[in-house]
Amino acid sequence: MSFLRSRFVQAALILVLSAVILRFGIRPPAPWSVFTLYMAVVFLAVLIFVSSDSDSWRGFIRPIRSTLVDPDQRVLRSALVVVIPLLLGYYAYTQAAAKPQAPAELRAVHPAPPDTIQFRGKQINISGAENPLRKDQASRQKHVAAGAALYIRNCVYCHGDNLDGQGHFARGFNPPPANFQDPGTIAMLQEAYLFWRIAKGGPGLPRESTPWNSVMPSWEDRLTEEQIWQVIMYLYDATGQQPRRWETAH
Amino acid sequence: MACDSRNKLVYVLLVFFALALLGSALPVDAQDAAREPAYRAFPVLGSRLAVWAVAQLHLNFAAFILGCPIFAVIIEIIGWRTRDQRYDWLAHEFVKLTFAAFSTTAMLGALLLFLFVGYYPRFWAYLTSIFFPTYWVYALLFFGETFIVYLWYYGWEWLSGSRKWIHVSLGVLANLVGTAILVVANSWVTFMISPGGIDESGRLVSLWKAINNYTWMPINVHRLIANIVFGGTIAAAYAAFRFLSAETQEERARYDWMGYVGNFVAVSAFIVLPFAGYWLGREIYAFNQTMGITMMGGFMSWLWIVQAILIGILFLGSNYYLWLGMERIPGSERYRKFVPPMLLILTIGFMIWATPRTMVITFDEARAMGGTHHPVLGFFGVMSAKNTVVNLMILTTFLSYILYRRANRISTKPWVRTGMGVQWAAFAVAAVIVVFFGVYGYFVDSLTRIGFSVWQVLAVLTCIVIVMAIDIPMFRGARSTGTIRWGTIATRSQYVLILLAVTFTWLMGLMGFARSGIRQHWHVYGVLRDTSVDAVTPALGYAANVITIVTIVFFALVTFIFWLGGLGERGGPKGHAPAPVIAGGSDSSEGATSQARPQGATAPSEASPRIDCAGKAGARKS
Ligand code: HEC
Ligand code: HEM
Repeated sequence: MSFLRSRFVQAALILVLSAVILRFGIRPPAPWSVFTLYMAVVFLAVLIFVSSDSDSWRGFIRPIRSTLVDPDQRVLRSALVVVIPLLLGYYAYTQAAAKPQAPAELRAVHPAPPDTIQFRGKQINISGAENPLRKDQASRQKHVAAGAALYIRNCVYCHGDNLDGQGHFARGFNPPPANFQDPGTIAMLQEAYLFWRIAKGGPGLPRESTPWNSVMPSWEDRLTEEQIWQVIMYLYDATGQQPRRWETAH
Repeated sequence: MACDSRNKLVYVLLVFFALALLGSALPVDAQDAAREPAYRAFPVLGSRLAVWAVAQLHLNFAAFILGCPIFAVIIEIIGWRTRDQRYDWLAHEFVKLTFAAFSTTAMLGALLLFLFVGYYPRFWAYLTSIFFPTYWVYALLFFGETFIVYLWYYGWEWLSGSRKWIHVSLGVLANLVGTAILVVANSWVTFMISPGGIDESGRLVSLWKAINNYTWMPINVHRLIANIVFGGTIAAAYAAFRFLSAETQEERARYDWMGYVGNFVAVSAFIVLPFAGYWLGREIYAFNQTMGITMMGGFMSWLWIVQAILIGILFLGSNYYLWLGMERIPGSERYRKFVPPMLLILTIGFMIWATPRTMVITFDEARAMGGTHHPVLGFFGVMSAKNTVVNLMILTTFLSYILYRRANRISTKPWVRTGMGVQWAAFAVAAVIVVFFGVYGYFVDSLTRIGFSVWQVLAVLTCIVIVMAIDIPMFRGARSTGTIRWGTIATRSQYVLILLAVTFTWLMGLMGFARSGIRQHWHVYGVLRDTSVDAVTPALGYAANVITIVTIVFFALVTFIFWLGGLGERGGPKGHAPAPVIAGGSDSSEGATSQARPQGATAPSEASPRIDCAGKAGARKS
């Protein structure tokens, strides 16, 4: 298979294979933005691969050079002169054509919380606050059970009975409800952060969490302070995650 | 160099002028302060843009002139101890670059001060009310630094021979003073991020606490290291430029070597930078959770994607340079086969390192993923994964260097097999520890996880120490498979050096923006609000444009300054001792024998240029 020994062919094969694997090997598919990022890295690596020593580089250049200048490559050359601009044109078209879809967005899923909030007219510190119910180990079970009841009654439609964000309504919303099983949600947040999110919901989010308004309701008027801390305890208990603790620095 | 003394004069005047202005900026009494506007508008550009650009340029130059002498003095010491003229020449070359950039740095610093005093009077008055005593320290240190560097540079001939130790001490002193300058300036900038030592109304309670605020030490460390890297990359880019424009083989060899050393310095310092960065990040979180989240997860998420890509390029680029460099070393063919696997690790590492925490997604994609977090790729977005791959990339880079080091040497020690076995085992164990803690990190709470990164770092550092401790004796007196053919490296490697310098400069600008941006609408976080028209934090796209322009201006200035510095070289036999001949087989010391060096002779140290390629000595330029 001398064909495979050509650096140019190897490079092309690596690119194609990586594209196939990254596009179809990851389930659910990687977002397009991430896919292109990965392919850019692979492309860079392939360039380095073919040029990291002179023999290899010459081997890589040879077919390109010959296509560009050799008289007997005239047909291929002419074909490329037509095909490449067409491909680029097609790409430009796909980028410019209007789509019935909202453009990709970078939404700040975890924006910075305020230092304090007003909860039913009372000032509550978010920065540095602990879950007050955790002090009383004896009634832990009681609080978790109360939290579970609250969750089933209020949250399950959106956040799902497995706490994985796949509730009945979930498919209708953008942004979708948070998946509490994911290591990137409650596992990396302090309980006080959750308190803020539950109390103030989507309306309490800053601008960087737009352009789409989150449907997460603001529970301030429906749940009491204690109930919110209870449902938080339930979230951690049911998912087996640990809340982030506050760091004491220095 | 007649223009030097004129420069000096301009510069001294500027500093005095600056000091006078400083004094006038003090709020003399309340009424005066009240009459003073809080802001003035800089024409056309706006005050923020003016201050931003000048501050960044000043920072770039300062980083260069503080970073460069650190390794210049180390190289000088090597030359002094080994009596190898080439190192002395190289050290002098580095100091020459520093020296050339000195007055520009000072000028930009003074300009920055004028801008602050003139356009941000209220802010400046406040900062002065806290830090006034340190201004004097700063000014004194700057004078000290200037005189020491002048002496160091001009006294090179005078303080040679038996007086060399005085000269080396001057170099060390220049570095101590330089670092002190950095540390003082850092206290101001870190106070703006994480103020300390003040009461509720913002009045000073303890100057020391204001200086030693939360982020002061981490930024001192992070910047000091970053400055060394920066100095190294700029010096290497300079060498690359000289390489590319060289007319003789001899010159090419010399600058090839210089570029190699510059890059070596940069990479060595670069591999500890991530650790310092994480420490800084942690302190910012610890100071203020909101600020930490703004920085990492909030509106700056995009910025970190860009940062990750730049850092990935730095890793790939510096390894690529080493691999290309192997080609000029006879005997390196043995190690070619390691390149593809190392490249694979780096590539996968880069991909994971650059996987965003918060992805840019369309609605349909979010739906398919069942949430805003990807169920598979989401695992790559968090700390555990990043720390793991960055440590693996560091190990790989170190391996590249180790292979480069031994490329033309065959150890003659009887214990080679054991030695190499232990080395490979050290690599393997370190990699296993890094991966183990990386995976285990997903099963513990976040504070424990942060603690794990310490073990990962220790594993990598221990591996580096063990491997080097074996490598150095193992290859002492090794058999050579041929000497390094300096100057024969592929030209594209030189463009890589330039690319690395540009990337690093851009990265510095970006991180400067991050540092300022996390304060959002505050001059001094939580204490002094920004009430100017520019109080909004600019979008990343705008910032990127500004950073790009600043980077271009910086390189234009640097090119101009180095060109000026080069003018003196052409003037005839002025300045320092003639440059040693590195290529062409004739040389001031051992070079002459290099052509005839038999196989099996003692191998040269990897960094010293001995070239046995054909060709006669080029004419000496100076
Ligand atoms: C109408 C649907 C809906 C209901 C009902 C709902 N949520 Fe949400 N929730 C969301 C959506 C959508 C998000 C994600 C968007 C966002 O961050 O606001 C979310 C986000 C959250 C978050 C933030 C997670 C993170 O990683 O930042 C928490 C905590 C949360 N919900 C808790 C609850 C609790 C507790 C309840 C019940 C008391 C509840 N939610 C009820 C839709 C809902
Ligand atoms: C491979 C890793 C890293 C590299 C190469 C790197 C590089 C740099 C550079 C070049 C600077 C500019 C220094 C200067 O102006 O003198 C900088 C500053 C900064 N870095 Fe990093 N960094 C790394 C990791 C990190 C990490 C992990 C964080 C935080 C989470 C971080 C946070 C910062 C901040 C906030 C600044 C601004 C401080 C300043 O302007 O000096 N860095 N970094």
